[in-house]
Amino acid sequence: MQYFVQQLINGLTLGSIYGLIAIGYTMVYGIIGMINFAHGDIFMVGAFAALIVFLILGAMFYSVPVVIALLVMMIVAMLLTSLYNWTIEKVAYRPLRGSFRLAPLITAIGMSIALSNFVQVTQGPRNKPIPPMVSKVYNIEGVSVSLKQIVIVIVTALLLALFWYLVNKTSLGRAQRACEQDRKMAALLGIDVDRTISITFVMGAALAAVAGTLFLMYYGVIAFSDGFTPGVKAFTAAVLGGIGSLPGAVLGGLMIGFIESMWSAYFSIDYKDVAAFSILAIVLIFLPSGILGRPEVEKV
Amino acid sequence: MAVTTSPERDIVATPMQRATREALYAGAIALGLFVLFIGLRTDQNISNELILVQRWWLLAVVVVLTMAGRFLYVAYGQPFLANQKIVDVATGLLPQSMAARFFRLPYFIAAVVTVAVLVFLAGSLDGLLGPGLAGYARFLRALATIYALASVMFYFRTFIHAHFSALGITALALYPIIVVLVLAVYGGSVAAGFQGSLKWVDNYGIQILIYVMLAWGLNIVVGLAGLLDLGYVAFYAVGAYAYALLGTQYGLSFWILLPAAGAMAAFWGVLLGFPVLRLRGDYLAIVTLAFGEIIRLVLINWREVTNGSAGISGIPKVTFFGLMSFNVSDPNYIAKVLDIATSSAYYKIFLYYLILGLCLLTAFVTIRLRRMPVGRAWEALREDEIACRSLGINTTTTKLTAFATGAMFGGFAGSFFAARQGFVSPESFIFLESAIILAIVVLGGMGSLVGIAVAAMVMIGGTEVLRELDFLKQVFGPDFTPELYRMLLFGMAMVIVMLWKPRGFVGSREPTAFLKERRAVSGSFTKEGHG
Repeated sequence: MQYFVQQLINGLTLGSIYGLIAIGYTMVYGIIGMINFAHGDIFMVGAFAALIVFLILGAMFYSVPVVIALLVMMIVAMLLTSLYNWTIEKVAYRPLRGSFRLAPLITAIGMSIALSNFVQVTQGPRNKPIPPMVSKVYNIEGVSVSLKQIVIVIVTALLLALFWYLVNKTSLGRAQRACEQDRKMAALLGIDVDRTISITFVMGAALAAVAGTLFLMYYGVIAFSDGFTPGVKAFTAAVLGGIGSLPGAVLGGLMIGFIESMWSAYFSIDYKDVAAFSILAIVLIFLPSGILGRPEVEKV
Repeated sequence: MAVTTSPERDIVATPMQRATREALYAGAIALGLFVLFIGLRTDQNISNELILVQRWWLLAVVVVLTMAGRFLYVAYGQPFLANQKIVDVATGLLPQSMAARFFRLPYFIAAVVTVAVLVFLAGSLDGLLGPGLAGYARFLRALATIYALASVMFYFRTFIHAHFSALGITALALYPIIVVLVLAVYGGSVAAGFQGSLKWVDNYGIQILIYVMLAWGLNIVVGLAGLLDLGYVAFYAVGAYAYALLGTQYGLSFWILLPAAGAMAAFWGVLLGFPVLRLRGDYLAIVTLAFGEIIRLVLINWREVTNGSAGISGIPKVTFFGLMSFNVSDPNYIAKVLDIATSSAYYKIFLYYLILGLCLLTAFVTIRLRRMPVGRAWEALREDEIACRSLGINTTTTKLTAFATGAMFGGFAGSFFAARQGFVSPESFIFLESAIILAIVVLGGMGSLVGIAVAAMVMIGGTEVLRELDFLKQVFGPDFTPELYRMLLFGMAMVIVMLWKPRGFVGSREPTAFLKERRAVSGSFTKEGHG
């Protein structure tokens, strides 16, 4: 039982990170219907920005309280990563809006290749390890919970609450939902569609940057190629939950996290990714539009 | 409501003011993007801790270059493009007037003379100019050669346009012979010709043709049937491992295993096809991607059979249809049988013709299938699935045949790849490969065989050429490695080409069904499918 709870906590931590990345995928998909393949690399850029800020803080001040360091890392990473995603949207996706469906997909793949190689060229190809930032571990009745895990879950929960408020209660969120339903109609009603789409990309990137910072804090290492696997898994999570649905993205992220940690605990660690992808395929066979997705109605 | 002022400002501002403003914006954005990533670099010190290295001068250079680029583009590039636009649309590539100004007889003569002089002096260049300038001279020679060839092509453009496929196939068939002959003349002996041809035949010829074949195979799934497949590399992997395992374990010949690998890949195509038939659009894309990753992860983790990440080595070479072998130690080694000098180039040239044959087979099958009921069903499926079903086409079998046929060609290419490398490992079958193949299909213009071949040549050949830019070390210092920038430029090229030609290199399609007269239509009239 303790072992099971332990795995549940590990899965929750992992799932939170996937969920944060998945929201970026699902929002962009919901609003313009494209798979933003560069999102995984945006996550990696966020983690690298956090790493560099961490090193700057270390070099400039003798000691900084961990809370402040983490906050500064997160905020700078969010700003910088948002700027990246905003620029990418403007340069690579906006000119192709209204063009055929595969064109932005290919530019997104191109941007993903360019981003990861840009980081490789400018920062070097090696793994970048940092000393552990938070190392406290609590032991509650035989289940060990590290402070890192608590931070990740709390930050994720806070951000999701903030995000839920933004999407459901503000005029910006209303504009986003309107664009999602019918872009032309939204434009006719005076909504600045371009701006709304830009903000969607910025919001997705900010969440990915937080996920990147948390990833760096949790694992203590990042490399230029680390964007791909979490990116694909987060996308899997978004599809699993029903792409376009925000609660679905979080649910999918948690599911992928649980599947991974349970599988590596009870079966074999080698095949954890195979398990995650296989379950995706199985779920989609029985629920072709994901768990919370609305089924697409075919019209003639 | 506040009135937005920017459109009015655009009209009022002169181009120069506008360009200055845009350049300032671009500089600010570039500064923001690059301040942490170019201005600072994370490095390990001796005790393996991360430290930051400051590179502010490099940051300044990059920002200034971005601003200058943006300024020139807004001030001169945009007005020029706006004036040329109509002509540009009509002729496709370069505006006619500009091309005519660019390709002139005096320039052509100058280029030919430059090439001739530099080739004549090739041996003594290092002595005459020193190694630094000699590097530039070689680059100049390459530029002049390309210009001269482009001029010739420009002069004969109507002829080339009319007979493109025939000329292309002839050029491909003669390519190794021409390479060997040119290098033999250049090096002064036949042996030198064969030795020098290794790089050109292998790195350029075979490499590009493998991608052409893969892209033509994927074209059946994506371009004809309109099913978005992001895991095509899985079938490539199945073919490669089928040959690698059966060839090393049971000693079977390539000629038996080539069809076997194709059949196995097709089987996996059907296996993948069954569960995903109900899925559409992006759900299909993610499941195919997941399938590709599953295959790769199984190859890594099933160590007893696949030897894990270490891969399988010692894969037997292809024989000359069982008559002659390409192993020096064998009694029927080709050089012994034919009584000629020993060289490793024969094998590469043979492989070149083998992959060329396989490519042509793929193209032939695709062209013939498009005229058969099943091919027409694929295209109909791409255009409108509901109409298809209403007309009694079995969409299940249609989709499955598309998957299986595409996968079969992937399997052929895979077994060829294993034979060529003599070594396979899961490293070769990552998602990036699927992405590159898909990019080639889309960049070439989906469904157009010629366009796809041109796209493969440009993208794969282009990245290979970047390996040759050693002279840049003279400019940026000996630490500069152009190879590192290869994939960065590849990614950027994908974006730029797509923005420039969203419909791909070949924008027109030849319909299979027509009334009285066959006429090419614009690619915009064909759909891309929902599957």
